[in-house]
Amino acid sequence: MRVLVTGASGFLGRAVAERISAAGHEVRTFQRRPSGLTGVEDVHGSITTPPDTPYAGLAYAVSGMDAVVHLAAKVSLTGDPAEFEAVNVGGTRTVLQASQQAGASRFVYVSSPSVAHAGSSIMGSDALPASPEQARGDYARTKARAELLALAADAPGFSVVAVRPHLVWGPGDTQLIDRIVDRARRGRLPLLGHGAALIDTTYVDNAASAIHAALDAAPTVHGQSYVITNGEPRPVAELLAGICGAAGVAAPAWRVPASAARAAGSIIEAIWRRRPGADEPPMTRFLAEQLSTAHWFDQRRTRADLAWTPVVSLDEGFARLATHYRAAR
Amino acid sequence: MTEIRATAASRLPRPRPAEATLPPSGLAGLKPEWSRLVEVAESGSSASHGWHLLDNGPQLDALGVIPVGTILCVHGNPTWSYLWRGLLAAATDAAQSGAPAWRVIAVDQLDMGFSARTGGFRPLARRVQDLGDLTDSLDLAGPVITLGHDWGGVVSLGWAVDHPELLAGVMLLNTAVHQPAGDKIPAPLRLALGRGILGPATVATPAFLATTLNLAHPPLSAEVKRGYSAPYLTGERRGGIGGFVADIPVAPGHESRAELDRIAEGVRVLAVPALLLWGPRDPIFSDRYLDDLVERMPHARVHRFEGAGHLLAEDADYAAAALLWLGDALEPGLLDSVHAETSRSRNGDLDKLDQRRGAPGALSAATSGLEAVAVTAPVSLVELVETAVSRAEPGAMTAPVSLVELVETAVSDVAPVSAAAPSSLVEPVEAADGGPAAAWQAAGTHPLWHYLDVLKDSDETALVDMQPAPRTVSWRLLSRRVRQIAAGLVHIGVKPGDRVSLLVPPSADLTAVLYACVRIGAIVVVADAGLGLPGLTRAVRGARPDFVIGAAPGLMAARALGWPGRKISVARFPAPMARLLSIEHTLAGLIQLGQARLESGDLLPVEPRPSDAAAVLFTSGSTGPAKGVVYTHGQLSAVSNALFVQYGVGVGTGLVAGFAPFALLGPALGARSVTPDMDVTAPKTLTATAVAAAVAAIDATVVFLSPAALVNVVATADALTPADHAALDGVQRFLSAGAPISESLLTQAAALMPGATAHTPYGMTEGLLMADITLDGIRAAAASLARPADAAAHDDESARLPETAVSTSSTSGAGAAAPAEGEQLSAVNPAGGVCVGGATATTRIRISALDARGASVGELTEEPDLTGEIVVSAPHVKDHYDRLWLTERASRRGAVVGERWHRTGDVGHLDGAGRLWVEGRMPHVIVTADGVTTPVGPEQRIETLPEVFRAAFVGVGPLGTQQQVAVIETVPPARRVHRAAEPLAAAVRAAVGSPVAAVLVVPGLPTDIRHNSKIDRSRLSRWATGILSGGKWVKP
Repeated sequence: MRVLVTGASGFLGRAVAERISAAGHEVRTFQRRPSGLTGVEDVHGSITTPPDTPYAGLAYAVSGMDAVVHLAAKVSLTGDPAEFEAVNVGGTRTVLQASQQAGASRFVYVSSPSVAHAGSSIMGSDALPASPEQARGDYARTKARAELLALAADAPGFSVVAVRPHLVWGPGDTQLIDRIVDRARRGRLPLLGHGAALIDTTYVDNAASAIHAALDAAPTVHGQSYVITNGEPRPVAELLAGICGAAGVAAPAWRVPASAARAAGSIIEAIWRRRPGADEPPMTRFLAEQLSTAHWFDQRRTRADLAWTPVVSLDEGFARLATHYRAAR
Repeated sequence: MTEIRATAASRLPRPRPAEATLPPSGLAGLKPEWSRLVEVAESGSSASHGWHLLDNGPQLDALGVIPVGTILCVHGNPTWSYLWRGLLAAATDAAQSGAPAWRVIAVDQLDMGFSARTGGFRPLARRVQDLGDLTDSLDLAGPVITLGHDWGGVVSLGWAVDHPELLAGVMLLNTAVHQPAGDKIPAPLRLALGRGILGPATVATPAFLATTLNLAHPPLSAEVKRGYSAPYLTGERRGGIGGFVADIPVAPGHESRAELDRIAEGVRVLAVPALLLWGPRDPIFSDRYLDDLVERMPHARVHRFEGAGHLLAEDADYAAAALLWLGDALEPGLLDSVHAETSRSRNGDLDKLDQRRGAPGALSAATSGLEAVAVTAPVSLVELVETAVSRAEPGAMTAPVSLVELVETAVSDVAPVSAAAPSSLVEPVEAADGGPAAAWQAAGTHPLWHYLDVLKDSDETALVDMQPAPRTVSWRLLSRRVRQIAAGLVHIGVKPGDRVSLLVPPSADLTAVLYACVRIGAIVVVADAGLGLPGLTRAVRGARPDFVIGAAPGLMAARALGWPGRKISVARFPAPMARLLSIEHTLAGLIQLGQARLESGDLLPVEPRPSDAAAVLFTSGSTGPAKGVVYTHGQLSAVSNALFVQYGVGVGTGLVAGFAPFALLGPALGARSVTPDMDVTAPKTLTATAVAAAVAAIDATVVFLSPAALVNVVATADALTPADHAALDGVQRFLSAGAPISESLLTQAAALMPGATAHTPYGMTEGLLMADITLDGIRAAAASLARPADAAAHDDESARLPETAVSTSSTSGAGAAAPAEGEQLSAVNPAGGVCVGGATATTRIRISALDARGASVGELTEEPDLTGEIVVSAPHVKDHYDRLWLTERASRRGAVVGERWHRTGDVGHLDGAGRLWVEGRMPHVIVTADGVTTPVGPEQRIETLPEVFRAAFVGVGPLGTQQQVAVIETVPPARRVHRAAEPLAAAVRAAVGSPVAAVLVVPGLPTDIRHNSKIDRSRLSRWATGILSGGKWVKP
């Protein structure tokens, strides 16, 4: 198969492109910066470039492709709502149209469990329909709308499937792991509540293999959404301790009541919106909710339909992370 | 309330007529397509009225299914057909899923709901005719099952009595058909009927409506309340509510009294199956009205939903219960369920139904198909018996034989067993003919009072009470006292079948009273102080005793908590106190009365038969509200027989009775028994010295103790004198019964009685003494587990399992077969469990394997190493649960007709040597995405860690995708709840071997009230779910 992977300069995008390429497919990648991958054809450009722009990179990138894995998105806790809209919704619409026009037959949309998350605990539920009305924050809201757009484009000859990996992490992750380690090192990582909320995560290799599985299974599972996780929920404090332990920094020792963190998050978020900087705010309401309520999912349908199981366990992931940090020192 | 006149309706405002209308759209749970309006001519008049009714008929038509019958639902006051929306939905869903389709028609009675306001007053007789007019106009064909609630129950029964040609069954939710002339009507209704109150309370204001809607448990949601209130928004529309209240025939001269009496008597000859569903928390229709209905329809199935009340339709899933019951009635294999109802059939509840059908003047045979199906069970039973008789060799049956035995012989291909064999696996049943003596002979067991007759002239010791001062009672005295008390009880009006609650601590008094009660056929209710007062109150109320015989604490509790029943005291009280406690008689008074009756030549009543109910015992309530468990005389005698066979307790045995259920059976076995000096409400008060003194008092060779008592006996062993030790040396057997105990405790206790074999039985209130294991057996089982240690992953831990064993009965096979891992469980997760030994002589134990969802659906099997629900059969298994038809139905496993199999609710496996290993309770089974896990094995492995004192292994999240969580008590105990530190969490995960999401440390694990040893895993699971979802950080 000839497969286009968008957003391949990102942490997960890179892993997906490598995985699919290693499986013997012909992979083309499309993103703003060089992906740094070998064995793939790198195309540079933006998904927010209007599709009718002459010589737009995207039009070239999708040409001749059998399948598209769409990861490119604005992933951030705060930022300009218009930008979220433009990248996540507008960009997805553009990629969908270009893919259809280019005659691709499979489309894997990489989404997020937050598209169906209303802020309360999730304990063992399967993927619920994406809900822009209930999703919290600009990121989740726009990803929800984009997922609905993608699934609406599912049609005979154009199989669309949405996968929602939850909290992807692993060596080289700058989004989640590096920030946690960085804050912990500076003593700025509190534990919210008692840190007992059970949270399931996804080791990056497992997320990549699941997306690959969804690509393979697209003709039979099209039109559906799947949450992807390791299937190993742990108390959030244990996860943080595992990550910090792997990086050789002290785990969070101080504790903030979850309700206070949520309130503080709202205030900080409001201030940051008026005074946007390069830095991420130390706490957002969304993050406070994420870290103080349970998030784990029923993986039975995912595993059965995609004929997929995660191969890297949580503990093995921590060990690989530790190796990575030791090598970096 | 003497001012209440014959008919109160005249005091109500005259309502204005109004047309029937359709309900507004958007009422919660109500589908607009169910609603229709029908104009019906009133019989005997030129008037006609509009009815609103709910009907799922059109939906069934659309589904293309043909209904098997119609359920005609009649609401009470002040509700409307909205009450039945759940049944309409459930019946339609069932039809859609391919189950038999039931058409449900739920009417709004005239002047009620959205039916017409007729402008007149409609007394009961008119309402019964109204309903008939409606069904005539609908051309309703049979079979029809009526379903009524509250005053609608009476109207529905009136219709039932008048339409035998259509009627196939009756179902009722809290209702009443009879108001005893002398009895007050319920206080809330008396109040509503008061002068100056009736109109304002029921019509002018929505007070009566609002009060009724507030009776739901849990409270109704605002939208459901809106649904109920929708037709009654103005005083004009509430006229019917007042009319209904006014129509309650409070006085004999009330115009509806005659009709009520006609219906109440008509119910007595209804020849159709009946189902009574009841919410006991009902301030209006209390249990006494249920008693009255049961008395009129003794064949009725009854289920009391503990915790539910007047609005049962909102409080409990009555719709599922109703459809289940209807399904049974339709089932071609009804024969099974007839037997599943056990001795009720022998007692004659279905026989009674049969008699009704055949009785002169009874209703003609059913014309409707359903009735024929529903009530042919007794007929087919007879046919089967006839077939069996024709096949059976006449010589094989020496004793008069029972239906059940014949059926079993015919169907099961089991070689005919001698009806007289005491160890027969066939339940003891009475002869078809002949008196009680013949029945007991056929049953092959002795009545409980047998030795009181045989030894009535013996001066040998029967009983010794050690407190307050040692007191010896001879067989002669015990026998006389029992007869005197029995005669006294008869004299004050205790009848066979009456229930007598015994709130007397174990003592000679309790023994005498108990045997007196059973001798005259009264049913003893034995509730345990261990239930706690709220549990005890629910239990005693639910058991509805006619009499309470108690010591001071019991009678005071009875007074304070308003327990029902006439009160008899075992002690004398000063008159003011006796009045305060409503004590009618004392035990001494009863003895005098009885002696006088015996002297004047009165004979004791005829002896109860083996199939008559003898006792109601209560479950511990560790898995929900305590349940009443009914034993027949034959079954209690079978318990005695099991004690004899298993432990050699018999004539001449000296028995220390420190564990009530078994201890009370000493006299039944001809054994002499002694109650040691202890506070029975606190078994931990029993000392080693007290045990030694009790042993010495009667040269005891057998000692029965509870686990809690055993702890203190071991703890106080230092105080034993050489003489005490000498007495204890003579003990040959001791038994710790009631809850599992550790091998180390049993070892320490055994050291105090060096000549004794230590036993611990496995059983439950529903089946005492199902399996048994000795201390040696426990050690052998542990050794058998140690064997595969070399091969499997976790055997280094398994070898140190604290509570594992081998049974006595299979000692020869001990260690012969190493327990393999259960097939249903993954290889890294050995089933583990507590070995409770082999089945006792008259017990059969089978396993019903669990499916991937944790349900025990497998065929009953003895296959080793298969994990599933433990299912037992024995002549001494309980007869049935008291007024818990659904529970009873669920507890039954019908494999072979005539056999009674009881689901224990425990999960476990048998090993290759036939030993039973208990792995936990069914509700505690964890179902992850990878399969089923039972809790005890992982707990045992966690408990091998030196820093762990006790562990509970629970699931959180939805069944099928649960996460495993360990909750532990540490050494030393933690002072607050916390997550286990990393090294401990890692050790626990390594010990368990399958994924553990979280390890939580608590200061103490919650245990059940009665035993203080069974961990309440369900509660822990709920607690852990809260903690692990970021909820409040509280103690479990």
